[in-house]
Amino acid sequence: MNRSAIGSLVFSMLALMTAVAMLAAPYLIVAKAPLAYELFINQKIFYYHVPAAWAMLLSVLVCGSASIGYLVGRADWWDDVAAAAGRLAVVFGLIVLTTGPIWAKAAWGVYWTWEARLTTMLVLWLTFVAYCFLRRHGDSRTERLAAGLAVFGMADAPLVYFAVSFWRTQHPGNWVVPSLPSSMLVPFLVSMGAFSLLWAMLLATLVAVRSGERRLRRLAFRLGQPDPLEQS
Amino acid sequence: MGYKLRVESFRQALAIIKKDLRVELRAREVYGTVLLFAVMVLLVFSFTFVDDGNASVLASSGVLWASLTFAGMLALGRVFEREGEGGTMQGLLAAPVERWALLLAKTSGVAALMLAVEVAVVPLVGVLFGAPVLAYPAHLAALVVLGTIAFSLIGATFSGILLGSRMRAVLLPVMLIPIAIPALIAGCKGTAALFADPASTAIAWFWIKFLLGFDAMVGVVALWVFESLVTE
Repeated sequence: MNRSAIGSLVFSMLALMTAVAMLAAPYLIVAKAPLAYELFINQKIFYYHVPAAWAMLLSVLVCGSASIGYLVGRADWWDDVAAAAGRLAVVFGLIVLTTGPIWAKAAWGVYWTWEARLTTMLVLWLTFVAYCFLRRHGDSRTERLAAGLAVFGMADAPLVYFAVSFWRTQHPGNWVVPSLPSSMLVPFLVSMGAFSLLWAMLLATLVAVRSGERRLRRLAFRLGQPDPLEQS
Repeated sequence: MGYKLRVESFRQALAIIKKDLRVELRAREVYGTVLLFAVMVLLVFSFTFVDDGNASVLASSGVLWASLTFAGMLALGRVFEREGEGGTMQGLLAAPVERWALLLAKTSGVAALMLAVEVAVVPLVGVLFGAPVLAYPAHLAALVVLGTIAFSLIGATFSGILLGSRMRAVLLPVMLIPIAIPALIAGCKGTAALFADPASTAIAWFWIKFLLGFDAMVGVVALWVFESLVTE
């Protein structure tokens, strides 16, 4: 089997695993996980909110690292990964920032509070919205400009994780997860796994699309044809 | 990517700073406009927060940092606009000047400008809002100086990168503000702790240490990004 056939096989397996996990997770969450004291159904948002936050932070780290790789090596593949991860950071960040307030209204009585972790998450999300904006509307040096921004954004990411430890605020502490009973821990870990698989699959897809577009453009250029992907 | 830490480079940075200072002292246009703008922003906020004829002390720290942010954006725009007009930036990049010396020079220039503005604005906040600016001058000065350094570093880096870009005026705030927000939060919260009744120097001291760490991190990232990106 050649490389692209192996690549397709791996991707298909990944997609299958993701599908199974994403179906298993809601079943476990709804049917098997016990209702939490006080918050009941609302607590179940936790099973989506935390994995989405994990996926977002992962995207931020990958985008930042790939941007460093691009600035050092200038290889196109780094740029594709960075662009894909940047988009995923925005998407998963949006999930976090919408599920969070829904939970917050039930738990704290307010949709939003300007405490450390929420604020830094919002700022990080805005940074990557700016990143995607730069990519879409920038000019010829966009890739490197965006890479610079992503590196700064990634340096910001540790602030998010340690915000709770440093500032002892309202948001549940990082130490919640180990204290979960196993009836809650299993659905939680399944959900984490499902989101991670979903993230990996989306990243692989986006990178493949971008590099495919790039090859198409190059081919058209060599043949003297106009850019087939240009919006008229 | 080795940095040559020669005395020569410090002399070059100093020469660039002197050049900028001489040009500014002759024209005096940038300082005047930025100071005036900062005062205008301060006045607008004063009217917004007035209650029973007295502006709230609680609002004073936020207002101070908000007007410094806007003034800083204007200062960055004007400083680099002048470089672009004269084509001096291309000249500097072509000359055998170390990149980090160039970044140091530009950052110092912007920081000096902002500090000169702050010398006027901080007392004005004391007057207009009844804020106790003279109660803990050392702590307040530390917060203001460190916050200014962070803002100038990030601003100078992004402005240098965006030089020659069509959409510089729009992209600069979009890129700069999310990255600079941790410094602004630190400055604002630290200042609020000093203006509160009773004042808390412990909290202010925490934020001063935070800003020191943030400045160091930003310095390292800015140096590396500037080196990689400003190479044409």
